[in-house]
Amino acid sequence: MTRVHDMGGRWGDGPVDPAPGEPLFVKPWHRRAMALTLAIGAAGRWSIDASRYARESLAARDYARLGYYEKWLAAVANLALARGLVTRAELAGAEVAQAPLDPKAMRAAQVEAALRRGSPSLRPGPAPRFAPSDLVRSRLPARNVMIDGGHTRLPAYAAGHIGRIVRSHGCHVLPDSNAHLLGEAPEPLYGVAFDAADLWGAPERKGDEVMIDLWQSYLEPVA
Amino acid sequence: MPHDHHDHDHDAHSLLPSDSALRVKALETLLTRKGLVDPAAMDAILDVYENKVGPQNGARVVARAWAEPAFLAALRADTTATLEREGLLGRQGEHVVVVENTAEVHNVVVCTLCSCYPWPLLGIPPTWYKSDAYRARVVREPRRVLAEFGLVLPDGQAVRVWDSTAEIRYLVIPMRPEGSAGLGVEDLTRWVTRNSMIGTGLAERPA
Repeated sequence: MTRVHDMGGRWGDGPVDPAPGEPLFVKPWHRRAMALTLAIGAAGRWSIDASRYARESLAARDYARLGYYEKWLAAVANLALARGLVTRAELAGAEVAQAPLDPKAMRAAQVEAALRRGSPSLRPGPAPRFAPSDLVRSRLPARNVMIDGGHTRLPAYAAGHIGRIVRSHGCHVLPDSNAHLLGEAPEPLYGVAFDAADLWGAPERKGDEVMIDLWQSYLEPVA
Repeated sequence: MPHDHHDHDHDAHSLLPSDSALRVKALETLLTRKGLVDPAAMDAILDVYENKVGPQNGARVVARAWAEPAFLAALRADTTATLEREGLLGRQGEHVVVVENTAEVHNVVVCTLCSCYPWPLLGIPPTWYKSDAYRARVVREPRRVLAEFGLVLPDGQAVRVWDSTAEIRYLVIPMRPEGSAGLGVEDLTRWVTRNSMIGTGLAERPA
């Protein structure tokens, strides 16, 4: 079933603090945590999908306890270990000799161009099965059908509901596959509108909607 | 030691790094020693998000959408291609769609599963956007959450909450405020707040 990160619709979280005037980085170490995560991410050792999966795979108690950048750091450490880039002993503080800079490591002179390029997820792929205004039903339960407990981008709150296709986004890398090194498996991606009354039972106002981007394999036609 | 230093000495321990600060330093040192990360590249990344990329980028897009009908039409037809021509795509904003607020519909953006956010247009997300409270609640009770930002929507206006589950990033084009008529793009940019481009605020007269 789902994991702790999949919190849309959850009760019990209290008010949101808009914190006007908040600095860009609330703590000085947030600067290095952000830059470190982006720098190692740009070395191409893992995808954004693997990175998200690493964060959401933290133990539920850690996910709830750790702050945003602490989760980022924890995921980087776990991924670096999983990809064989570091050892447990090194994470625990063992001495490490200085190695030459890896050819794939991001250089300062490459940063602006690399950030401007990003990692587009649009790919060639099959023609879309659905068209705008088609009704679809989302997968129930929300789950990765290739890997038990694996990454998926269907929120649990929207699982098993009928939605209306509002937009075709073209074919995009399928996170459920790519996060687990099973290939990019691009497939059509759609913007899907769900009626708040269907999702929540008692919506704040009739006619409010939640719009969710969902891959074709998450959806089945509704006759 | 001079007497007037006493008040400074008892909290000198706060000068030591926190656990998290030590953790990031340890990880940075390890990955640097391994040759996987160049600290100079980290500095360059920070320079981008501290000095070059931020809400001013999105604000200019909105101001032009208000002032230039042809630009708005281009955004509506293909936001990604239009922003690519402007050099405004990038990491965590490779594919973008604009959603326009009207008297009938108010749009608000969230990422319930993590914290997806249009970095090339708005920069680094604020803490509230990444908070459990916002992620959990804004899909279910957007009006109560918006009220916590001081934004009370009229009952005649429907809410569309956009949950950013894929690599499509959403930029809200807020309604152009009365009182901004006749202003050019540079002036209009100052009316566009960060929160108005997420949907947790409105565009407003600059202070």
